[in-house]
Amino acid sequence: MGQAYLAAMPANAYNWTAVWHRNYLVWKKVAIASVLGNLADPITYLFGLGFGLGIIVGRVDGTSYIAFLAAGMVATSAMTSSTFETIYATFARMHAERTWEAILCTQLTLGDIVLGELAWAASKAVLAGTAIGIVAATLGYAGWMSVLYALPAIALTGLVFASLAMVVISLAPSYDYFIFYQTLVVTPMVFLCGAIFPITQLPSGFQRLARLLPLAHSVDLIRPVILDRPGSDAALHVSALFIYALLPFFLSIALFRRRLMR
Amino acid sequence: MPSLAIQLEGVKKSYGNNIVVDGLSFAVARGECFGLLGPNGAGKSTIARMVLGMTSVDAGKISVLGESIPARARLARVRIGVVPQFDNLDLRLTVQQNLLVFGRYFGMSAREVEAAVPQLLAFARLETKADAQVGELSGGMKRCLTLARALINDPHLLVLDEPSTGLDPHARHLMWERLRSLLARGKTILLTTHFMEEAERLCDRLCVLEKGHKISEGKPHTLIDEQIGCQVLEIYGGNPHELVTLIKSYAQRIEVSGETIFCYASDPEQVRQQLKERAGLRFLQRPANLEDVFLRLTGREMEK
Repeated sequence: MGQAYLAAMPANAYNWTAVWHRNYLVWKKVAIASVLGNLADPITYLFGLGFGLGIIVGRVDGTSYIAFLAAGMVATSAMTSSTFETIYATFARMHAERTWEAILCTQLTLGDIVLGELAWAASKAVLAGTAIGIVAATLGYAGWMSVLYALPAIALTGLVFASLAMVVISLAPSYDYFIFYQTLVVTPMVFLCGAIFPITQLPSGFQRLARLLPLAHSVDLIRPVILDRPGSDAALHVSALFIYALLPFFLSIALFRRRLMR
Repeated sequence: MPSLAIQLEGVKKSYGNNIVVDGLSFAVARGECFGLLGPNGAGKSTIARMVLGMTSVDAGKISVLGESIPARARLARVRIGVVPQFDNLDLRLTVQQNLLVFGRYFGMSAREVEAAVPQLLAFARLETKADAQVGELSGGMKRCLTLARALINDPHLLVLDEPSTGLDPHARHLMWERLRSLLARGKTILLTTHFMEEAERLCDRLCVLEKGHKISEGKPHTLIDEQIGCQVLEIYGGNPHELVTLIKSYAQRIEVSGETIFCYASDPEQVRQQLKERAGLRFLQRPANLEDVFLRLTGREMEK
């Protein structure tokens, strides 16, 4: 196992770019629709929740509710975007479309493929997160430079959730199982992690749990940047997110090896 | 450079209680076309995947192009081209993009791939289809593109898993002709097939497999001469068991498969004489082939 597992690790620092590039070529053909979708979704949410609820809620954490929500949604949409890319598109490439099988016949390793797919999903997350940032900046709820500064944190968020979803698809026999991950993991996180309302609103037990979740670290990292205010514990949040990205990455390679190379 | 392209020694593989490959050994010389011939479930694809380092081995040793598998399989795959049993082309990309993307997997620059593409398209007879979506191609064209894709890294060794399965006769002959041209260029080929004609036409040597065992190995015509060594008369249209008793003493060996009698005889004319009174019988006299070898070795016909 040990030697064979090592052989499945990324072979070098650049092999993964070939996989990223393949996905980019396919995406390019539907790029306009994809970008429009990324813009339409946040606009709907910001108007619907921001203006609608905003009037009732008033100010939150010293800012307007719509600005608070926009910052939370940058993190949330990075999460959903990379999660969905992985559980649907990557799963298809690994399973039904046999794209991975073809790549495994070349000099790329399983680790190279997983890394390329993670980087691709993170790119999609950057696109989705930035789209919200742009809408918020256009409406004057965020600074343009703030959106730019938030990019690394958005990318890291994308990487984390792609990596977690990679473990899910390495175990799922078919698409039908992803609904459990969505409804039991992804959706609760949106409400628990301070994206839509501050974590302090939760009962104290939930607060302690919520602060451990990856999305809470993302929100705590991204929101201060977007709202241009001093953040706290940035190093802690970044470290936690790195752990959430790395452990599932290594685990998923072992699981994919068991699934695809037995 | 080692003279052997592939060497397997005592390789075993099982899934649970199901033994798929059972102590298999064979060696393939450079420049040779070596066939793995057997029915579905004989373990051919598993062996092909093990050679590529894509399936783990329970016991035994494999070395490919001088690299030990699976530890150094990645380095071996740099010099291997693969045609898998099921097409896995990128259906959302064009013919040319498929080659481009695959070249990148081998670390080639866009310029290097672009230089190689015209030749590969010509090889696959797809010059006019460079910008067509792969989804629009016929089955035969897809197969040829898969073969062209396998050549993008100018491999020493080609691993072809059932390359002509599912092709119509025209496309199949084109595939065989293309493969022969690769052998003429000195490539080594490991070919799995359940197609006797394919094995007979292309392979320098072959290994006949049944349920993960090697039941025979050698040159196709040597195998045929050794195992059969005479003409074959196929008889059908009557009750086989009744007919067998009439001709038994005139044949070296008789096999019954379904409603057909396979009669192996040095003088088939004598056998015909015995049956000339019988109406409604049909005869087919032909030289022996690998199908007969398989029937002889396993006592049954190969399932198609």
